[in-house]
Amino acid sequence: MSLDQDDHERHDHEADPHAPNEHRGPDTDVWEHRAAALQEALVAKGLVTPDQVRAMIEDWESRTPALGARLIARAWTDPVFKARLLADAKSAARELLGIDPGVPELVALENTDRVHHVVVCTLCSCYPRAILGVPPAWYKGLAYRSRAIVEPRGVLREFGLELAPWVEVRVVDSTADMRYLVLPERPAGTERMSEQELAALVTRDSMIGVARAKEPIGVT
Amino acid sequence: MPGIHDRGGWPDDSPIDRSEHQPLLWEQRTDALMRLLSSPEKGIIRVDELRRQIESLDPERYETYSYYQRWLTAIENLVIEKGIVTAEELDRRAAELEAQSAQTPPPP
Repeated sequence: MSLDQDDHERHDHEADPHAPNEHRGPDTDVWEHRAAALQEALVAKGLVTPDQVRAMIEDWESRTPALGARLIARAWTDPVFKARLLADAKSAARELLGIDPGVPELVALENTDRVHHVVVCTLCSCYPRAILGVPPAWYKGLAYRSRAIVEPRGVLREFGLELAPWVEVRVVDSTADMRYLVLPERPAGTERMSEQELAALVTRDSMIGVARAKEPIGVT
Repeated sequence: MPGIHDRGGWPDDSPIDRSEHQPLLWEQRTDALMRLLSSPEKGIIRVDELRRQIESLDPERYETYSYYQRWLTAIENLVIEKGIVTAEELDRRAAELEAQSAQTPPPP
């Protein structure tokens, strides 16, 4: 599946894939028919066409964190671009990716050895989807939305990220009108890597702020 | 008392389920329909209307439904509310599809 191109640790193998849980919800089969019935009704009224629906699903598949990773890798290698990304992420994305982020405001936030940003949407699921793909299920889940703003260090610890006590944690709450992209710290030992190699180190989670960028192989 | 959707700081000590969810086709279909209906060209449903419907789900459904179950319920409510389709039409067709799939033998 193209949506999760990082090496995010998977631990869903022990669960019954058909068991209801927060990510799947109850009575999955019923919903399949309800969605199909809705589409048929809208097609019958001439409001949408099956081709339009297919094109939208293809658009979903085409938006992956690899797009955001290109922005980060460019910012790591080009100080002028980095300044532009931090000043106006929308125009930076338009320039480098040739796509409109499709949101009213997109703000890039730089993580450093002193300040660490984490993004949440406490109300729902606001996310820079055009450049990161659909948000992960946990981002839309109640536990992350409830806890991220009150105990961010504990939440980050669950993601395997232990921050030094002197690092200031800033949690930003997204809205429909304002979305965020975290510019993670460039890992040490990557000075000689190409932009493309650097982009491969940039994970979805590092652009949400719940992880660091990956370390290059051979560097600890 | 905040609304059921307003989760920031909501008492919650449950661990974050970090398992990756592979999207199901009906979820992608639901998402596609919403994005089409809310596109500037069509302008049939506004995103704020979707939010109003999601945020006014009763608390039990809000907390047990998955993300796209909330969405689909909200979109259904909106197209019914706008008089585009009736609840009966949607229910009848969903039941027919359900019956059809029940008759189809599972693949060998």
